[in-house]
Amino acid sequence: MSDLSQLAPGLADPPHDAQRIFRAILDAVSHPGRIVSLPAAPAGPGRLSPAAAAYLLTLADRDTPVCLAEEFDHPAVRDFLRFHAGSPIVEDRGEAAFGVLAANTPQPLEGFNLGTDAYPDRSATLLVEVPALSDGLVQQWRGPGIDVRATVAIAGLPEDFWTEWAANHGLFPCGVDVVFTAGTELCALPRSIAVEV
Amino acid sequence: MTEINAKDGAYNYAYLDEQTKRMIRRAILKAVAVPGYQVPFGGREMPLPYGWGTGGIQVTAAIIGQDDTLKVIDQGADDTTNAVSIRRFFARVADVATTTRTKEATIIQTRHRVPETPLGEGQILVFQVPIPEPLRMLEPRETETRTLHALSEYGVMQVSLYESIARHGRIAKTYNYPVMVNGRYIMSPSPIPKFDNPKLDRSPALQLYGAGREKRIYAVPPHTPVKSLDFDDHPFEIETWEQCCALCGSRESFLDEMIVDDDGQRLFVCSDTDYCERRRDTAEAAE
Repeated sequence: MSDLSQLAPGLADPPHDAQRIFRAILDAVSHPGRIVSLPAAPAGPGRLSPAAAAYLLTLADRDTPVCLAEEFDHPAVRDFLRFHAGSPIVEDRGEAAFGVLAANTPQPLEGFNLGTDAYPDRSATLLVEVPALSDGLVQQWRGPGIDVRATVAIAGLPEDFWTEWAANHGLFPCGVDVVFTAGTELCALPRSIAVEV
Repeated sequence: MTEINAKDGAYNYAYLDEQTKRMIRRAILKAVAVPGYQVPFGGREMPLPYGWGTGGIQVTAAIIGQDDTLKVIDQGADDTTNAVSIRRFFARVADVATTTRTKEATIIQTRHRVPETPLGEGQILVFQVPIPEPLRMLEPRETETRTLHALSEYGVMQVSLYESIARHGRIAKTYNYPVMVNGRYIMSPSPIPKFDNPKLDRSPALQLYGAGREKRIYAVPPHTPVKSLDFDDHPFEIETWEQCCALCGSRESFLDEMIVDDDGQRLFVCSDTDYCERRRDTAEAAE
């Protein structure tokens, strides 16, 4: 453990902040493609965005191992998650309940837990840090939570990401769920959503 | 109606501890990601017995905040024991505003009805579920029903509906009528009358279902297709009444039959008390 005085702060008022953040996340997951701003998001440690930090402080704990991509695998982030959430940090993607990835992390969805046909809820949730939630390639998303279709333009993702996403969606009801984060905002892409250019 | 609205500081906010809320919140998010699939969760002991809404209360406790306005109904009514006690519970442990008006509520916890007033975007409907497994009466083994859901092998349910037609000439099931969610999972809509099933289809509100004894949470996201099972030659139909509501005159709402004297005189009234009151208020204002 490094110097505690260097530790980034957690939620100021845990029960109420976590509740407000969770409701924003629930709003995002039940309306895929909707850009939701997180209230009371703390400044994240290292290169972790406030939105990703808020998501993990709200939902991660000792029961949920977290796997960090290279960009985020920094002592400040590890200490932050261990201290505030108590989450084990794991190297093996297959053991993780949450993954934190950069937009350009190679083979982004590869190796994470997809759940099983009998227990699809056991799959991992991946936070993908992107430069912006708009201004990217314009896409049409369809599926549960969306009225007909949603027009979304997540920025900074390579084509490979969407190829892997199509394969992941094809595994439904198995598959990982993705949450894109940028600054204090996030946008959810559950496995049930089909993405068309 | 007097309600205790003083917050009780002896409990953590919304009764459950933070670790439990995180676990339930994770289960809710997975339930929304796989519509109609029953997510197991670590159900806690609640300060009321199973069968009184322990699943719904745990879901509500995990989502509720000080900015919310809570409505609780039991068979459509705001003023029955179960509804009153759950509303008081949350006013006490979650310091939350309560209402009986469907339109004003951000969270509506319900036992066995969907309000008549159409729900809107941003509202959350929390169902209390006694038996979450729609196939349970056809296959008692959990290991088997889990496999049937995994393989989407639902022939047994169609056979049971066919047997009902063979025996009664029609599908005789009137409540807890099974639905297909987004073309993938057969789901129990909880024991709502089949009259309410069409309201679940493509609703703009989020539907969360909590089963306390069986420790399952499932969900239907907004705008998601929910189809009541039927056959081409025996299409799904809802209940109809010859009578209208004796109080408000509605012909569109679900009616409860009441015996009013020893001679067996009957009358029919709306099951949804808020809907009925709003209609009477509007009629009075128009006079």
